[in-house]
Formats: sequence, C-alpha cells, structure tokens
Amino acid sequence: MIPQSHFLILGAVLFAIGLYGALTRRTAIGILMSIELILNAANINLITFNKFLGSPDGLGQIFALFVIAIAAASAVVGLVLVIAVYRNMKTIFTEKMNMLKW
Amino acid sequence: MVKYAHLIPLFPFMAFAINIFFGRRLKKASAFVSIAASSIALLIAAVTFIGNSNGEGSYSVVKWVFLNGVPLDFGVTIDPLTCMMLLVVTIVGTLIQIYSMGYMHDDARFSRFFAYMSLFMGSMLGLLLADNFVMLYIFWEGVGLCSYLLISFWFEKPAAAKAGMKAFITTRIGDTGLLIGILLLFFSTKTLYFRDLAGLAINDTTITAVGILIFCGAIGKSAQFPLHVWLPDAMEGPTPVSALIHAATMVAAGVYLIARCYGLFISHHAALVTVAYVGAITAFMAASIALVNNDIKRILAYSTISQLGLMMLGLGVGGLEAGTFHLMTHAFFKALLFLCAGSIIHSIHVDDDPAIHTQDIRKMGGLFPKMRITGTTFIIAGLAIAGIPPLSGFWSKDELLSEIINTGHPVLFAVASLTSLMTAFYIFRLIFLVLFGKMRPGVRVHESPYVMTVPLSVLAVFSVVAGFFRPMRPDFLTMGVSTAVAVIGIGLAYSFYILNNKILSADIRSRFAFLYRLLSNKYYIDEIYEAVFIKPCFRIAESAARFDLGVVDGAVNLTARISVVASKIQSWFDLYIVDGIVNMIANITWLCSAIFRRLQTGLVQNYILIAFFGLAIIILIKLIGG
Repeated sequence: MIPQSHFLILGAVLFAIGLYGALTRRTAIGILMSIELILNAANINLITFNKFLGSPDGLGQIFALFVIAIAAASAVVGLVLVIAVYRNMKTIFTEKMNMLKW
Repeated sequence: MVKYAHLIPLFPFMAFAINIFFGRRLKKASAFVSIAASSIALLIAAVTFIGNSNGEGSYSVVKWVFLNGVPLDFGVTIDPLTCMMLLVVTIVGTLIQIYSMGYMHDDARFSRFFAYMSLFMGSMLGLLLADNFVMLYIFWEGVGLCSYLLISFWFEKPAAAKAGMKAFITTRIGDTGLLIGILLLFFSTKTLYFRDLAGLAINDTTITAVGILIFCGAIGKSAQFPLHVWLPDAMEGPTPVSALIHAATMVAAGVYLIARCYGLFISHHAALVTVAYVGAITAFMAASIALVNNDIKRILAYSTISQLGLMMLGLGVGGLEAGTFHLMTHAFFKALLFLCAGSIIHSIHVDDDPAIHTQDIRKMGGLFPKMRITGTTFIIAGLAIAGIPPLSGFWSKDELLSEIINTGHPVLFAVASLTSLMTAFYIFRLIFLVLFGKMRPGVRVHESPYVMTVPLSVLAVFSVVAGFFRPMRPDFLTMGVSTAVAVIGIGLAYSFYILNNKILSADIRSRFAFLYRLLSNKYYIDEIYEAVFIKPCFRIAESAARFDLGVVDGAVNLTARISVVASKIQSWFDLYIVDGIVNMIANITWLCSAIFRRLQTGLVQNYILIAFFGLAIIILIKLIGG
C-alpha cells in the first residue's frame, strides 16, 4: 500500500514545477502548458483525499473529472487567443504584448 | 360754453412733432405745416372768442392727480382775458410765421426753426388756457425752454449761445420764486385753481408773500427790473423770434400771470404796490437807456421792457383792464416794429461792415425811398407806440395814464408821462435816423419780398384799429397830456436829428457826458451783476473745481492706487501661495506615482509571482500565529 504522503508529495512537486514554468516561460504556450500541470496537481490532490478520507460517493473523483473537462476547454480558448495574437502581432512572447501599457 | 378751446394748443404741438421728426424730409414745406397749425389755432381761437364774449368759466379736460387728497385736473379757463390773449397770440404768431418764411429762407435749419416756433406758440397758448398753477408752470417752463432754443438758434455765434444761456438762467431766478410761491400757496390754502384766488383770506401775510413770489416769476419772464438784463441780449436770435418773444409770447406771459392772479393781488395791497413800483422803475430806466442806444433791435428791446413796465405799473395801481389792453395793442405794434427792423436788417447790405447785415442805426439813413412798404408800416408802428391819436397805442396808453392819475398816484403819473415822452423821442430818433436823412455811402438796400411785407401790412392795420376793440372812456385831461407828450417827443427828435443833423445832439452829448455814459452803459447793471454775482459765482466754481480736482479726485485716485497695490499683493499670493499649494499637491502625487508605477511592470508573470509570495506570506503568518 502506497502511503498517502507519496501522493501528496507528487501533487506538490507537480504544482511547484507548474508554478515555476508559469513564472519563467516567456512564450504564451509554455505558460498554458504549465497551468495544465498545476491543474493536474490539483486533480491528484482531489483524488488522493477522496480515497484516503473515504468518501463513499466518489465526489472527489467526479470533481477531478470536471476539472479535466474545463481544463481542456480553457486550453482551447487559450490556444485560440494565442493564435489570434500571433496573427496580429507575429509573436507569442508575452513581454512583447504591451499595446495596452502606458 | 364752448368745450373745444383745449384743442387750440394741440395743433402747434402737432406741428412741432411733425417738423422735428420729419423736418429733414419736409424741407421748406415745414413752414406750411407750422403756418397751417397756427391758422387752425387762430380759427378755433376766433370761434372761442365769439362763443364766449360774454360768459366765462372753466372746464376740466382730463382728471389728472390728487395732491394730498386735493384733486387737480387738466382744465381750461375761458374768460374775456384768455379769449383776447388767445386771439392776439394766434394772429401775431401766424403773421410772424408767414414772415419767417421769407426771413429764414436761406437758413440751414429752416424746419427746426419752424418746429421751435410752433412749440413756442403751443406752450404760450397752453399757458393762456391753464386753469391752475401747476399747468401754468409747466407751460411757463415750456415757453422758457423755447426762448432758450430760439435765442441761441444761431448757436455758431458765441454771442447767441451766451444770450440764450443768459435768458434761461435769468428767467430761472424768477421762475424759482414762482415755484416757491405756488408751493406756498398750495400748502397754506390747499388750492391751485385761479378761480379760488379771489376768495382767499385778506391781509394774510403768507398770501401777500405768495403774491410777491408770483410777481418774481413775472419779473423774470416779463424782463422787469432787476431781471431785465436778458432781454436786450436776446436780440442775438433771429428777428422773427425777437418779434414773437417781445410781442405775443414770452414777455406777455408775465403780465398775463399778474392779470390772471389779479384776484389775489387786488386784496393784498403790499403785493400790488410792489408791482406798481417795480413797473415804474423798469419803465423809466429802460426808456432812458433806449435814448442813447445805437442798435436797431436793442432800442426796440429796451422799448419793450419799458412798455412792459408801464403795463405792470397799470396793473399795480389797479387798472387790470388798462394793463391788459395795453398788452394787446402793444403786441401788435411791437411785433410790427420788430418785423420792420427785421425787414431792414434782412435787406440792407453794407460794403465795409463785416456783419454785412448791419444793425447799427448810424450806418443806415435815407432808407424810406427804397423801402416804401417797410418804411410806411414802421412809421405807423412808431406813431402807435408814441401814442398819437387815433392809433391803438394812444388809446391804451391813455387809459393807463388815466387809471394811474385817477387812483391817486401823481408821482407814478409823472414817471409814466416822462416815460411816454422818452418813448416818443427814442422811437422817432430811430425812425429819423434809419428812414430819413441821407443814405450812407456803400449801403445797398432793396424792398423785402411780399411774404414779408404782407404780414407787415396786416399788422399795421391791426396797430391802427386795435384801439377800437374796446369801448372808450374818454378822459380829456390825460388825452391832452399824452398827446402833448407824444408830440413834444417827436418834435424834439425832429429838431435833433433832422433839423440839426446831429450837431446839437453831439453838443448835448458832451454837455451831459456823465449822463450819456451812464445811459449808454445801461446804468452799469450788467457790470454790477458781473461783479456781484457772476464773478463770485465763478470764483466759487473755480475753488469747487480745485477742491474737486485736488481732494475728491485725489481721494478717488488714492483709492485706485491702494486697490492696485492690494490687488498686486493678492495676485502674488494667488500665484505663489494658492497655486503653489495646488501645484505642490499635484507634484507630490506625481512623485509618488513615479515611484509606485515601477511595481506595475505589465508582465503578468511578475504579478503572479507577487501574488504567490503574498499568499505564501499569509499562510506563513497563519501557521506561525495559528
């Protein structure tokens, strides 16, 4: 039996990797990918607590499924935005997207 | 009772309005407007005269105001006095206006002249019709205003402008007395109607004072001593104006006022005696000045003053009818004299005189053959004023003299007779010097046009027959005296100026040098006024001006300077303190935002980082504190 702490450590590591990626990536696509990692870290946590706290109706799993679905949808929206920006500005570097800045 | 007498002054006023507003478009036609208005007024006056020859009364035209609860209406008085005066004013006025068409023919302000003439006539007619003092005073001032406008009609001449002012200011002194008199009358008796005057309390000193104050107004308007000085100067105006002022309107107003208030005067002896003596002094003084004057119009002016003095004298001794009768006859022959003088001045040309139209009788002479109509009418008027029977002046002067002697005033009778003697002398001196003798070289003259000579002839007829308008009361003593006096006067003038050809007069002049100087300087009255009233007035005015310039203006300027300094300080304060504070706040804000705007990099990752660390710190605090 794998202890609960291993799952939680895996989730924390995934979160840390995702955060690091979101903060350091210069391209919009990289940031989107990192955010997906953070979401998956959250899913691992949800399922872990569902299992070890013994929720009988599997609410945590259902929640995780919802997160996966919404993450897919938000990834689509994000990629669409990136493509639209790229078409207009010929770049996907976030620091170049400064037209609204004063 | 005829109820349309109040329309009489309306027509001249309408003519005034038309001429003053449309005069420029009407040009010469404005004369016809004025003459038509005067003729209509004359017609109504004649109808009124016929309709009211017996009855008298007054009627109210418009309700006007309540003074302290006492009602005052615009009303009209109609009695024989008013009717007679209306007729005289309209006849003489109309003739003078016709004459003016010729006299003013080339004047640049032709229509303005006729506008003023109509206003003058309207005011005078209103004055005659007024049934209370307030209305009378309004028209009285209207007459005064018109005299000012007309005397200074040729205001390009400084002398004319000055004469207009002199006339206005001098009569104003009398008018002030009249106004005070009216107010005193109202506050002491609560009435302003002429019809109530006769019933006022006898021997009341207040009412006597009212009488004397009213007489003050008459002194100013009728040019009595000591306010007579304006009238000779008024000769600066056009000659028809002189005729109108002297015969029909302005100066008659004073005599008319006394006659109108006679009910008051007759019961207050002191007031009446004042009138008599002022009249006597005026008559004598003015006649004596006329003896030596050399200006054709001024001689007539002094003659007018003298005759007005006689009228006042007649009124003063109780001869209401004699005084007003003389007023009427005098209106005709004095208007005629002035118009004759105007005709001469208008047509004479003197080569070496800068004035061209000279008024100096020493430059005239022998004009009769050249101007037969003017000359004849002039002589008729002269005979009338001298008092030769049966001309009009004889009858009225005779009645005056008989009134004076019959009321027991031998001294005044002597003065009046002497005045008549002088009158006959100076008027024939004028006639002999102007019309007879030899013509001076360089003088050219021609008869005036018909538009001028026809009014002369009409007036001459009136001068002859006006004496028969009244039933006569023959008084053979005074008739003899006055005829003798007139004949002596004319004879003296004849011997002086025709027989001796002025040699004797020069001799007499040197023998009575002092008297001559006194008379030719008009008793130095103008000089005395100059020294006693005008100079001090000017001095007061000058010191007031200095005070004004120094103190008042100084104070004003000081205030201005203080405000300038104060506002400079204030503007500095505004600029550096108030604006400074505002700018300082703005600068601080700017500085702060310059610091803090560095936080806002625009990079989303930075924000996330900060948010993450913030969250981490909160969790840490929670854990440590927890």
